[in-house]
Amino acid sequence: MTSPLQQKIKITGPSMVTANRTSDGIVIYRTAQQGWSASLSDAAIVRTSDEARALLAEANADDVGAVGAYIAPVELKDSGEIKPGNLRERIRSKGLTIDLLPA
Amino acid sequence: MYAYDELDRTLINERVSEFRDQVKRRLSGELTEDEFKMLRLQNGVYLQLHAYMFRVAIPYGTLSSKQLRALAHVARRYDRGYGHFTTRQNIQYNWIKLAELPDALADLAEVGIHAMQTSGNNMRNVTSDQWAGVAPGEIEDPRIWSEILRQHTTLHPEFSFLPRKFKIAITASDHDRAAIKIHDIGLRLYRNTEGETGFEVLVGGGLGRTPFIAKTIKPFVSRRDILSYVEAILRVYNQYGRRDNIYKARIKILVHELGIEKFAAEVEEEWQHIRDSALTLEDSVIEEIRSRFSYPAYDKLPHMPEELKKAAHDPHFEAWRRNSVSTHKVQGYSIVTLSLKPVGGPPGDATADQMDAVADLADKYSFGEIRVGHEQNLVLPHVAKRDLPALWKALDKIGLATPNINLVSDIIACPGLDYCSLANTRSIPIAQELTRRFANHDTANMIGRLHINISGCINACGHHHVGHIGILGVEKNGEEFYQITIGGRADENAQMGTLIGPAVPYGDVADVIEDIVEAYLALRARPDELFVDTVKRLGVEPFRERVYATR
Repeated sequence: MTSPLQQKIKITGPSMVTANRTSDGIVIYRTAQQGWSASLSDAAIVRTSDEARALLAEANADDVGAVGAYIAPVELKDSGEIKPGNLRERIRSKGLTIDLLPA
Repeated sequence: MYAYDELDRTLINERVSEFRDQVKRRLSGELTEDEFKMLRLQNGVYLQLHAYMFRVAIPYGTLSSKQLRALAHVARRYDRGYGHFTTRQNIQYNWIKLAELPDALADLAEVGIHAMQTSGNNMRNVTSDQWAGVAPGEIEDPRIWSEILRQHTTLHPEFSFLPRKFKIAITASDHDRAAIKIHDIGLRLYRNTEGETGFEVLVGGGLGRTPFIAKTIKPFVSRRDILSYVEAILRVYNQYGRRDNIYKARIKILVHELGIEKFAAEVEEEWQHIRDSALTLEDSVIEEIRSRFSYPAYDKLPHMPEELKKAAHDPHFEAWRRNSVSTHKVQGYSIVTLSLKPVGGPPGDATADQMDAVADLADKYSFGEIRVGHEQNLVLPHVAKRDLPALWKALDKIGLATPNINLVSDIIACPGLDYCSLANTRSIPIAQELTRRFANHDTANMIGRLHINISGCINACGHHHVGHIGILGVEKNGEEFYQITIGGRADENAQMGTLIGPAVPYGDVADVIEDIVEAYLALRARPDELFVDTVKRLGVEPFRERVYATR
């Protein structure tokens, strides 16, 4: 029988694993050094579903440091820069799209 | 204001200590997130896109100035200097740190504020009319009944793990400002033909992906029986409500699937077992609760003081007075609504400085009392008319005198994808752009009463179904699109809006809303025919034609 962790993980392009830091909730990214970084540029990039599943399992194993880990798409620029792959991740990475004060 | 007793204070303080220990154990790894999640939710702590979100209860939307200062303090000390008032009369902070939450809760506990049952599958804040106790023609203060239900259901073991969250709203006026028909239970306090005061009980209202207007389950329940009757409804729901499917777990689905007659019969049978029990509300119990509400010692003041006559020459003051000042039940006093919808601002947000300033103004002009309305505005409920000019000047200085109450820019909006982990699309920037498009107050006044409600996903926290114009964000292939409905309303004649056509892209929404408003201005039978009445008279077709003819 397939483990629940192995179900429904299918990526179609370069992806990363992101979560929120437990102590303060800030957005963090899983790194290739088995740690977390607040910078998307440090994120480990996976290209296959098996890699994604493994990276997510590793991230989920750190239940103390991070909460709510999941896989999200990224866009890789020719320069090597990592960009968020959708609007939700753009907002998480760059912050609010709105003015807080009336203007 | 309601004065908490020693029991309430002990309960709140014990909850802070308990949560402090739970947070400590979570941060040390003693508790896993799976174990901790329910505990944090029981204290109003969600995880959102950028951070934890902390929802604090404001029972029936009533605050003292001291409590509002505490809310300002939390915004300043533990968050980023602002808070967001919600459609359920609560406040949310968006950037709170888990490690600091126990301290924030402890600071709030000092003024009798907590976050219990602001999340989870239990009885949420029992909301009410923000004009409760001061509205002309009101039967009696509905907050007494909100408080009775609050006390009975807080940490009630039988109702702490309902199939899904449960929301009650109460009104005691002919005009429903509490949106009771879109709640799980709506209570309308009225006097029957025999002169007895009691409740019309409505059940099964709600929005979200399966919207329903509440149905009357019992046209009259006496005051002494209301607690047992509500409990009977909760028991039937607790027994038969679905726990296997979160999308079908609300009581509205049960009422719809059983039918109101069968559901009512089940409730009636349950009620017969408990109606003459300890749940019966004797007059002495009701009076005990009533006695803990304090009311201002109003002065005898003239209907039209000199200060008001003099200020009437200032067109800016007059524009604000006509829009934001309402008739009070006591001569010489007014109810003043403070718009949290400035042009270009996020709807419902207030800075810590604004909250402190409003608290000071409440002390000076409103017997130290503030209300929060479900439309995401604040209210000073007891302002002497002679003080209106001075209050207006003070509000203007802090950006809270925008004269747009109930007008097109008085928009209800959820936090949307800028904050919310459930959202598919953004809500706030749509609202901000619309307030800029309709910034001209003369134009807004000419348009008249028009409620725009925006939700960033089908969960409908922005009540889009019941907006005169409703805007619902949906994602299509990674892009933000918005469905537009018209003709909804949330008052005593509540109804769902009707979809006018295919969803439009983010960049077109403001243009579409302008087209709809222009169509209305061309179609209305006379200047005082409200938008929602024009839609009722003509249907959506003329509006659909206008919007899609060139798109």
